[in-house]
Amino acid sequence: MTPSTTEPRGLRWLLILLAALLLGVFLLLPLAAVFTEALRRGWPPMWQALSDPDALAAIRLTLLVAAIAVPVNTLGGLAGAWCIARYRFPGRALLLALIELPFSVSPVVSGLVWVLLFGAHGWFGPWLEARGLQIIFAVPGLVLATLFVTFPFVARTLVPLMQEQGREAEEAAATLGASGWQSFRRVTLPGIRWALLSGVLLCNARAMGEFGAVSVVSGHIRGETNTMPLHVEILYNEYQFVGAFAVAALLALLALVTLGAKALVERGTARGAAA
Amino acid sequence: MTLPALPRRLLLGTALGASLGASLGAAAPHAARAQGAAQLLNVSYDPTREFYRAFNAAFAGQWKARTGQTVRANASHGGSGRQARAVIDGLQADVVTLALAYDIDAIAERGLIAPDWQKRLPYNSAPYTSTIVFLVRKGNPKALRDWGDLARPGVSVITPNPKTSGGARWNYLAGWAWALRQPGGERAAQDYLATLFRNVPVLDTGARGSTTSFVQRGQGDVLLAWENEAYLALAEFGTDKFDIVHPSLSILAEPPVAVVDRNVDRRGTRALAEAYLQALYAPEGQALAARHHYRPRDEAALAAAGDRFPRLELVTIDDPALGGWRRAQATHFNDGGLFDRIYQPGQ
Repeated sequence: MTPSTTEPRGLRWLLILLAALLLGVFLLLPLAAVFTEALRRGWPPMWQALSDPDALAAIRLTLLVAAIAVPVNTLGGLAGAWCIARYRFPGRALLLALIELPFSVSPVVSGLVWVLLFGAHGWFGPWLEARGLQIIFAVPGLVLATLFVTFPFVARTLVPLMQEQGREAEEAAATLGASGWQSFRRVTLPGIRWALLSGVLLCNARAMGEFGAVSVVSGHIRGETNTMPLHVEILYNEYQFVGAFAVAALLALLALVTLGAKALVERGTARGAAA
Repeated sequence: MTLPALPRRLLLGTALGASLGASLGAAAPHAARAQGAAQLLNVSYDPTREFYRAFNAAFAGQWKARTGQTVRANASHGGSGRQARAVIDGLQADVVTLALAYDIDAIAERGLIAPDWQKRLPYNSAPYTSTIVFLVRKGNPKALRDWGDLARPGVSVITPNPKTSGGARWNYLAGWAWALRQPGGERAAQDYLATLFRNVPVLDTGARGSTTSFVQRGQGDVLLAWENEAYLALAEFGTDKFDIVHPSLSILAEPPVAVVDRNVDRRGTRALAEAYLQALYAPEGQALAARHHYRPRDEAALAAAGDRFPRLELVTIDDPALGGWRRAQATHFNDGGLFDRIYQPGQ
C-alpha cells in the first residue's frame, strides 16, 4: 500500500486539527448554545414556551407551508430535471439557469418580487383586491415565497445523476412495450430515488428554516402569519430568551432529523451503487 | 441494481407519514378560526408589543361584555416605517398605532386613511406619550444626572444609529434641545453633540439592539432609551441592576393612532376599530398604558402611577428650536447633515 499523500505526517495532523477546530467553533458550539439556552431554566419553561398558542400556531404554519411547498417542488423539480437530462431543445441552458436563479437571488428580493406582483400596488394588486383575495401578508404569500426559495433543491440533485444515467434503459423499456408511466415507475424512479429523497429532504429543511423571503411577505401577525423562524425573532426581541431558544431548538432539531435522514439516504445510495 | 427492501419502505413510509401528518395538523386550526368571531388587526411598532398584548386581551373582554361578540384582536410589530410600508402594500390593518405621525401621513397620502386623521381623536390622536431617559448601572457610579454629564471624558454612552433608528433620532434631538438651552448657542450645541457621540463605542441599528447591548452584554455606562423601554428593562432584568435617571429636560414623543378607513370599510369593521381606539383613551386603557410604562394623558391615571413619571420639562418636535420632523430630518439626519459632520466612526 502506497501512501496516498506526500505531505509530512505533522502537517496532515495539523490540517485535520484545524478542520476539527473550525467545525467545532462554527457549527457545534452555536448548536450547543441553542440547546443550552433553551434548557437554561429546565424543562418546564421550555415546554411552556412551546405550548404557547402563538408558538403552536407558528409550528403548525411552518409545517403547513412545508407540506405544500415540498410536494409541489418535488414534482416540479422532477419534471424540470427530466426535461433537462433527457431532451435537447432550444432554451435548455436557459431553463437550467432559471432553475438555479433562486440560489443566486437574495432572499429579500425573493420576497419583494411577490409584493411587487401581488401587493396592493403590485401588478395584480387591484384585480385581487376587487375580488377580496389576499395573497401577500397571508398564507398564500408565505407558500409562494417558500416555493420560490426552495425550488432548485430537487432539480439540482437530480440533473447530474439523470444526465449520467442517460436514456438507454428507458429506450429499452419502450421497445419492450412499456408505457410512459410503467417506464417511469419501473426504470427511471428506481435509479434516482435516493437522489430524489436527498433533494426532497434538503428542500424540506430550507422550507422550514427560510427567514428572509418569508419575513418580507409575512406581515408578522401573531398567531396568523408567523412561521417558526419569525417567531424566534419576535420572542428574542421581547426578551423572552428561553422561549426564543426553545423554538430555535425545535427548529434545529427538525433540521437535524432531516439531515440524519439525508445521511441515511446517502448510505443507501452508496450501497445501491455498490450492489 | 437491487436495493435493500427494508430501508426503502421505511424511508418512503416516513416521508409520506410526515407530510400527511403535517397537512392534517395544519388543517385543524384554520377550521377552528373560520367560525364567527370578529377579527381586528392592529399594526403597530416595536416597543408596544407588551402593552398591546395586554390591551388586546382587555379589549376582547370589554367588547364581549358590551356586544356579546367574540373578538380576536391580533397585533403585528416591526419598525414603524416598515410597518407603514406593509399597510400601503396591502397588509389588512384595521388600525395603525405607529411611532410617528409622519408614518401615518405616508399611509394617508395613498388614500387609505382620511387626510384629517389626526383631528379625529383627542390629543392629536396620541392616547399616550413617552420621553427619553437615561438607564444607568445600579447606584449610578458615574454620577450621570443630566445631558451635560454624558459628554464627560470616560463615560460610555449606548444609543442606536440615528440614520437607521427612529428612536435614536429622538435621543439625539433630546440632547440637541437641551444643548440649545445652554450658553453658546448652536455652535456650542454642535460641539456638545460631537463630544457626546465620541463617547458612543458602537451604534446599533435599532433600539432593542442597543438595549440588549447595554443590558445583556453589559456594555456602556448609560443607555439612552425610551422611558417605557427603560422601565421594561428594569422589570425584566431586576431593579437591583439598573437605575433610571430623568434629565432636567427631554423630548415628548406622541405616538399616534388611526383607523385605516379603506380597510375597515371593506371589511365591515369600522365600529369595532373605532371602539378599539376609543378604549385606549378610556380609564382602563389609560391605566394599562401606565402599567406598561407609557405616560397616560388621563390625569387620574397619571396620579395613580405615583412617582414613576416625574414631571420634567418636555419639548415637542414642533418646538421652534426643532421645527418639526421634516426640518429636523433635513438638518440633522439626511446625508451630509449635522450628524454626518459630527460623527466619525472609530474615533
